[in-house]
Formats: sequence, C-alpha cells, structure tokens
Amino acid sequence: MSTNMQPHHHLNDEMLLDYAAGSLDEASSILVASHLTLCPECRGRLRSLEAVGGMLLEDIETTLVSEDALDAVLARLNEPESPRSAIDESIRSSKGTAVLPSPLRQYLGGDLADVQWRKKGGGVSMAEIRTSDDGPRAFMLKVDPKRAVPQHTHEGNEFVMVLTGGYSDGAGHFVRGDVEVSDQTVVHQPVADAGEPCVILAVMDAPIRFTGPLGRILGMFVKL
Amino acid sequence: MDGDIAGQHAIWMHRLAVKRDRSAFAELFEHFAPRVKAYLMRSGSDAEAAEELMQEAMLTVWRRAESFDASQASVATWIFTIARNKRIDVYRRSNRPDFDKNDPALVPDAEQQPDDAVAERQESGALRNAIAELPEEQAKMLRMAFYEDKAHSEIAEETGVPLGTVKSRLRLAIGRMRKIVTDLEPSS
Repeated sequence: MSTNMQPHHHLNDEMLLDYAAGSLDEASSILVASHLTLCPECRGRLRSLEAVGGMLLEDIETTLVSEDALDAVLARLNEPESPRSAIDESIRSSKGTAVLPSPLRQYLGGDLADVQWRKKGGGVSMAEIRTSDDGPRAFMLKVDPKRAVPQHTHEGNEFVMVLTGGYSDGAGHFVRGDVEVSDQTVVHQPVADAGEPCVILAVMDAPIRFTGPLGRILGMFVKL
Repeated sequence: MDGDIAGQHAIWMHRLAVKRDRSAFAELFEHFAPRVKAYLMRSGSDAEAAEELMQEAMLTVWRRAESFDASQASVATWIFTIARNKRIDVYRRSNRPDFDKNDPALVPDAEQQPDDAVAERQESGALRNAIAELPEEQAKMLRMAFYEDKAHSEIAEETGVPLGTVKSRLRLAIGRMRKIVTDLEPSS
C-alpha cells in the first residue's frame, strides 16, 4: 500500500467549516478527522477556517469575568491532570505502524486486524462504530476484491472514505483517503478494485435504499 | 496594529511555554478570558457555566502552552480551538475526534517553510481584512456558524432565510476568503 499518497477527493467546505466551528456531529467528525490524518491539504484548509474562528474570537464583544477568576485559575496551576488511560496511550502510539487513522483506532479499540467483522453476504462485511451522540451512524464496510455493493440510493447524505484498496462508481475511482459524498439524487453501485479488499468508513444520516432487483431482495436481509 | 497585538500574544505564549511565566499568563488571561467567556455564552451556556468553563479553558492554555506552535496558528486561533473543544466535551457530552500529528498513519506535510510564523501573521492580517469586508449577510451566517453551535438548518430556521441561501452565503464567504488564503483551496 502506498501510504504516503495524498488523496484526490477531499472534504467539502460545509463539513470542514462545521468541524472547525465545532458543530459537526460525532460520526461525521470521525470521518473528517480520519481524512485529515491522510490529507495535508485539508489540514491546511482546516487551519485557515480555524483562523477565522480565532479572528471572530478576537473581535467578539467581551463579557466581564468574575473578579477572582485569575486568582482562581492561578491557584489551580499545579493541580494534577487526570491522566489518559493506558489503553488510550497504546492505541495512540501503536508501536510505529498503523493502517487505520488514530481517530478510528480509538473508536474501535484497535487497528484493522482487530476489527470484528460481521458477514453480510455477497462478499460484504460490516462493523459498527459506536458514537455517544444520537446523530448520524458510522460503520465500516469491507468489500472483497471485484465485488459490488448492490445498487442503492440514499434517503439522506452518505459520506464514504476509503481506508484500504479502492472502488469505482459513476462518479470516479476512489482510493485510500478519498472522500465521496452522495445524496438522494445519487444512485450508484460501487465496485471494489481487484487486489486487496476495499475497506471504507461510511457515515449516514438516513437509511440507504436498494434499487436493483437483487438489492431489493438483499435489502430485506441486510440491514445496512 | 493587529499584527503587533498578535506578535505580543505570541511573545507571551513563548514566555509561558519556556519559563512558565505567571505574569505572561496573567497578560494572556486578561485579554482572552473575557473573550472566551463571551464565546461560551454566545454558544448557549449561562453566565455561571461559561465562567467555570472559561477557567477550565484558561487552565488548559497554561498546561498545553508548550504545544502551541506559532507556525501553525495565532494565539487567538489556538485558544479558540481549546474553548471550542471544552464546549463540545461538556455540553454535548460527546467526543471530538481529532487527528494526531504523531499518528504513525499520518501523511506528513510537505517540507515546512522556515519563515512560516511570519507568513502565518501576514496571512492572518489578510484574512482579517477579508472578514471585515464581507457583506453583513455573509458575515452574520459565519458568526452564527462559529459562535452559536448552529447547524445550517437551524440557522435557516432562526433567520427565516432558506437553507439553500444559508449554504450559498457561507460558501460565498469561504470563497472570498479563499481568494486571499491559498490554503483554503483544494487541488481538485
């Protein structure tokens, strides 16, 4: 795997702005942070949007703080910080190698080899990622080489980022780090590249709907 | 003038990081604490909660001082990100997934320019002018998106401006700033 290749399909302005402002839901933020790990260019765009936040902070109409606020903080300067857990630390450092970006490893409690896949049939496996808010859902899909995810459309937005391998659909070819956004207007049937399995991170704010004849039957059994 | 203020902040941050200088911290506190509290109140907390969280945020400024990197951000920007993250931790009780610059999976930046800190300050000045010159309708959407923790649909509901218009105004605002800051431009 050429791990240092930079992605060609980037985060859109809306997601990056909401992430910078701190209003993006948790599942989408996992995808954004994972893409940022793999994309120096979007890290640069984020820095600029955060700089806007810094300027708005500089220009904000100030509010009086309590009279003893500074003393209260000064009195706490030597307070010990609550340490990060040992598990957290080991996942973070990951002994010098990692396939999945650190934000994902932290949610999964391990790297790609540790993922508990559930077979969904048709060469597709799935692993749910638990978030603490009740916003959009995040999950990973593993699609065997040359297999297709049945043709489907979306009732809301679907955000996908490739983690290993690659796939093609009507919109183009997507490899590690690439992001694809699909909404209700998109009907697609992504097909995994030959070679290694294609693992993607997906975030959805509404269920998908299978549109092909096979997909409709599959849809009854496979709750994606 | 703005550049001088940003430069002074960076000098205080440096003294804080290198010497644990309490008077430098007090200077930064005096400037930023009332701003951080105002930001937290704008994004929905009452005065008491905002005061408490502001103090937490300023404590983090002290603790993380050595991680401040003047080539990456101004002091105001760095403190904004700290306050934002505190707000997410406490009010949404949710995690904020973030990338880790020491992650072995990280695709590193191209080689750093030696005068990045200077370039950063020049860029800040240009960006500040761009924001100041935004039409009020765009600036308002930008402030709502940043200060008030509002999804675009909520901004639409509250202002009575259609969702598509909210999005296009935000896009226009970003577009104007992009002309100034090449960093905002994706290559494809």
